[in-house]
Amino acid sequence: MTFSYLLLILAVFCIAAFLIGKGRARTMASTSTLSSLPSHYGSMLALWTCLPPLLLMLIWGLVDDPVIDSLVTANLPAAVVEHGSTAVQLAISKVHNLANGADLQDDPTLAPAVLHLVELQARNQLISSGVIIALALAGFALTLGRLVPQRNARNEVEGIIKGLLFASSGIAVLTTIGILSSVLFEAWQFFGKVNVFDFLFGTVWSPQVALRADQSGSSGSFGAIPLFTGTLLISVIAMAIAVPIGLMAAIYLSEYATPRIRNYAKPALEILAGIPTVVYGFFAALTVAPILRDAGAGIGLDVSSESAMAAGLVMGVMIIPFVSSLSDDVINSVPQSLRDGSYGLGATRSETIRQVVLPAALPGIVGAVMLAVSRAIGETMIVAMAAGLAANLTANPLESVTTVTVQIVTLLVGDQEFDSPKTLAAFALGLVLFLVTLCLNFVALKVVQKYREQYD
Amino acid sequence: MSIIENHKTDGQPFSENPKLKARDVRVFYGEKQAIFDVSLDIGANEVIALIGPSGCGKSTFLRCLNRMNDTIDICRIEGEILLDDENIYAPKMDVVPLRARVGMVFQKPNPFPKSIYDNVAYGPRIHGLVHHRDELDEVVEKSLQRAGLWNEVKDRLHAPGTGLSGGQQQRLCIARTIAVDPEVILMDEPCSALDPIATAKIEELIDELRENYTIAIVTHSMQQAARVSQRTAYFHLGQLIEVNPTDLVFTTPEHTLTEAYITGRFG
Amino acid sequence: MTDQSLSTRVKVERSMARRRRAETRFRLYGMASILFGLLCLVVLFGNILSKGLSAFEQTVLTTDIYLDKDFLGLSRQSPESELLNGDYEGLIKEYLKESMQPSGRSERRDLYSMVSVGAHWQLQQLVVNNPNLLGDTVTVELIMDDEIDQWLKHDHEKGRHGRLSEKQTEWAQQWLDEGRLKTRFNVSFFTNGDSREPELAGVHGAIMGTFLTLLVTFALSFPIGVAAAIYLEEFAPKNRITEIVEININNLAAVPSITFGLLGLAIFINIFGVARSTPLIGGLVLTLMTLPTIIISGRAAIKAVPPSIREAALGLGASRMQVVFHHVLPLALPGMLTGTIIGMAQALGETAPLLMIGMIAFVVDVPGFINDPATVLPVQIFLWSDSPEQAFTERTSGAIIVLLAFLVVMNTAAVMLRRRLERRW
Repeated sequence: MTFSYLLLILAVFCIAAFLIGKGRARTMASTSTLSSLPSHYGSMLALWTCLPPLLLMLIWGLVDDPVIDSLVTANLPAAVVEHGSTAVQLAISKVHNLANGADLQDDPTLAPAVLHLVELQARNQLISSGVIIALALAGFALTLGRLVPQRNARNEVEGIIKGLLFASSGIAVLTTIGILSSVLFEAWQFFGKVNVFDFLFGTVWSPQVALRADQSGSSGSFGAIPLFTGTLLISVIAMAIAVPIGLMAAIYLSEYATPRIRNYAKPALEILAGIPTVVYGFFAALTVAPILRDAGAGIGLDVSSESAMAAGLVMGVMIIPFVSSLSDDVINSVPQSLRDGSYGLGATRSETIRQVVLPAALPGIVGAVMLAVSRAIGETMIVAMAAGLAANLTANPLESVTTVTVQIVTLLVGDQEFDSPKTLAAFALGLVLFLVTLCLNFVALKVVQKYREQYD
Repeated sequence: MSIIENHKTDGQPFSENPKLKARDVRVFYGEKQAIFDVSLDIGANEVIALIGPSGCGKSTFLRCLNRMNDTIDICRIEGEILLDDENIYAPKMDVVPLRARVGMVFQKPNPFPKSIYDNVAYGPRIHGLVHHRDELDEVVEKSLQRAGLWNEVKDRLHAPGTGLSGGQQQRLCIARTIAVDPEVILMDEPCSALDPIATAKIEELIDELRENYTIAIVTHSMQQAARVSQRTAYFHLGQLIEVNPTDLVFTTPEHTLTEAYITGRFG
Repeated sequence: MTDQSLSTRVKVERSMARRRRAETRFRLYGMASILFGLLCLVVLFGNILSKGLSAFEQTVLTTDIYLDKDFLGLSRQSPESELLNGDYEGLIKEYLKESMQPSGRSERRDLYSMVSVGAHWQLQQLVVNNPNLLGDTVTVELIMDDEIDQWLKHDHEKGRHGRLSEKQTEWAQQWLDEGRLKTRFNVSFFTNGDSREPELAGVHGAIMGTFLTLLVTFALSFPIGVAAAIYLEEFAPKNRITEIVEININNLAAVPSITFGLLGLAIFINIFGVARSTPLIGGLVLTLMTLPTIIISGRAAIKAVPPSIREAALGLGASRMQVVFHHVLPLALPGMLTGTIIGMAQALGETAPLLMIGMIAFVVDVPGFINDPATVLPVQIFLWSDSPEQAFTERTSGAIIVLLAFLVVMNTAAVMLRRRLERRW
């Protein structure tokens, strides 16, 4: 709650600084010419008062917990530290629970650590609040002291705002770096335990690791090939549905449909894209899969109740509007003059479309399909709900398969230990997924961009 | 200049040996009328030039002659256009064979993004005009020769047509049109995007093509009209003002509007 | 006219039948594709509605029950803590035993299980709110167990037992004949949090969780997204760095959502120590996920502002910043809001990344603030869809209907905003 109070105090400071700055500027204006409006001086003062403390608060808030934890860890009883890092993590979380009000009698050996933590937290709050308020006051005083008519407050304020705008656009880059570094770091640790080649080319996936060293059972095997083939199989099924249907729908809408039909059919199709994937997953698991199983039983085929087919079909339906709206854009950017050229020679519509429009639009369509593939590979909920967890190495769409995304979710839902290969494996899979989709997107976007430029 | 009420076209709009006959053609774009009661014959094996200021409807009229306006949703056409005495706007008329008979060359060269060979072969292929590769090769070569492009491209028939220069591209489009062997060729300002040398080549080509085809050409350039055509039709604000043999139009125009245009008082 | 062109004409005419057939066929493929898409839409909605509409109804038993002071060991003056602890469950069981006369222990157990465990909370609530009812006979609509509920909704008309025993069916039929067993609007579906008992499980917790999560997402992504769009469109110099940022944003928009969950887990939770399972962490992750969408649409909105307006303001001596904040931004704002709403709708339906940051936890309490444990609607749907009870399937579909209703509202708002925007120019 200290956090909220601090924010409130800063907000009050900010308003006060603005008013004081504006007032000061007004008084100055009576004796000399200002280089900016009074409100600019107010804004300048407010910004210098609140921005640095806010920034500090953000950084402080990010680093204080890890720092406190490491201090507590350093003072843990030796008996705990001996048991290795997992035990330490466990102890730390226990200490946190105890500090938050659980019964201290539970584990007397941790009592000193708990007291230590409570003390550190209190001290942290006190120091951080003090420093932040002091910084705000310092900023206020320093700026006010140099509030002179010659100072170009407007340029200064605009410079700061421009900096903030720039920082905002940098968040996207930070996100990419964040994703990449998080998966890289954990994946690196994973590859310290499991050979890269065993991971990339192994054919057995069973990530169950014995919980304790003395337990029997294998140490798990992490051959990701069944996941890759499963992902591929489902993506292929989805594409087999989405590409022809999406493309034909786009062609019909852009070349044949009357404006009236287009106005209704296009948004209707786009609704399909707006339906949450979890809804598709539910539909796949509870409606499509049973239908497929019954149909299979009817003609003597053994269809698994969680089949690649069910997941792939439904995913295909989900991707139809994605393919159709991208292809629609692409087809519409083929210049009318090419169509005229073909019609002028007496070609029918379908001849024009198949032999002139589509070849001209091909690069764009390829880009669209690549984006669709990337989407199919990254889709999680439909497969998690309808394709199952069994890591079968099979090309039979009627069997149950699992995918990279499903395994990431499965490995990371529930309790995690951050040094077990089981958890780390999820990040290694994440790395593969991220790199593959990133490459696909990158190339696809380039192709589409090049294509656009060609006709602009 | 306002629209002249019920203007009767001056000069000789009708021909003794007509290939195409337009009668009282009116064209509307939505609410707006673009062409007012135009009646005009286009004689067999003649080159007729359609001239007039921008937006006068000459291109619109040209596009009516092979129903290219069908591709524009809001466009509506009244009146009759007869090709060999057959109304091309009759309900049962199919535009596909019509356009095979009345080919068109556009203002901007628009080669397909295919090879030079495939550009020319496109028409014969879709219409099923040839059945063997040899025949097709022959048609392609002949068409390119007639379009005066053969010598320039015979070594790179399978290079993309879009890689040619503007003038070459336009001749490729002409070759593409004559490969179907149409009866009439419509040309919509075929040289407006080209340099003078390329223009001269195309004009030469039009003159040669006259032996076998009927040609209607829309042009912005009065010199071009004078050079290539036998008859000239002057359009003004959607009306056909005057049609006369070309030399007459440029020397002794009948109508004051025509005179004003060719003497450069507007355009 | 040459001989050859005559032959052209004949040949073209000859080819027409085949080509018209090909044309018709091609057109039919196109139509079939559209129809297939629309059919999928209809089937999907029809399927969800047919499964889920009954979730909005709940089976109750109208009961006159005597609030026996002695049995409960309470008086009208008892303090609230005692009132809360009365044996209401026993009272209901007693009532059932008296009125239906089950023979033997297993029949008794069958009978008791027909009333939901939530029924005694109803009595408890009644007494706590008004202790003066003690000693009176009250009429309450007791919530029935999900198996009775499903029997009444699906099996009864077809004369089936469903999952009820023969005796239970008999009792239920008797209540039905007396006009006491009926369905009414399922209020608790909208007022309860999650529960292991289908008849008590509701979406209130998930809706609140979704609301708080989206609140965090909006509070962060809208200002940041708008700021980034302004920078890239109005201030960014055309150089390598800007190009990288742009490529980055476009790529990020197409990265699988699940990788954002990995980021949230590895960085926000493990390094920065943000609490898991909270709307705060959910909002942070969804912010990063929706930012590209908001930035891209924001830039489009800024681009749509005619340059003449910028020139006019610049010509009057306004600074770039003043031009942007006084003129461009107000005009571009509806467009930016439209993009933001679409981004929010995307975040509303998102499930996968939230699974990894602990929002899949079973949370009974309705969250009240952004650092309470919470779940969100799509995750609730995922959780329920995994439960074997038929009643949960119904509730899953019901929750989907609620989710879709929210999406429809948001998308309609976006469309209306866009319409208004279009009228401007």
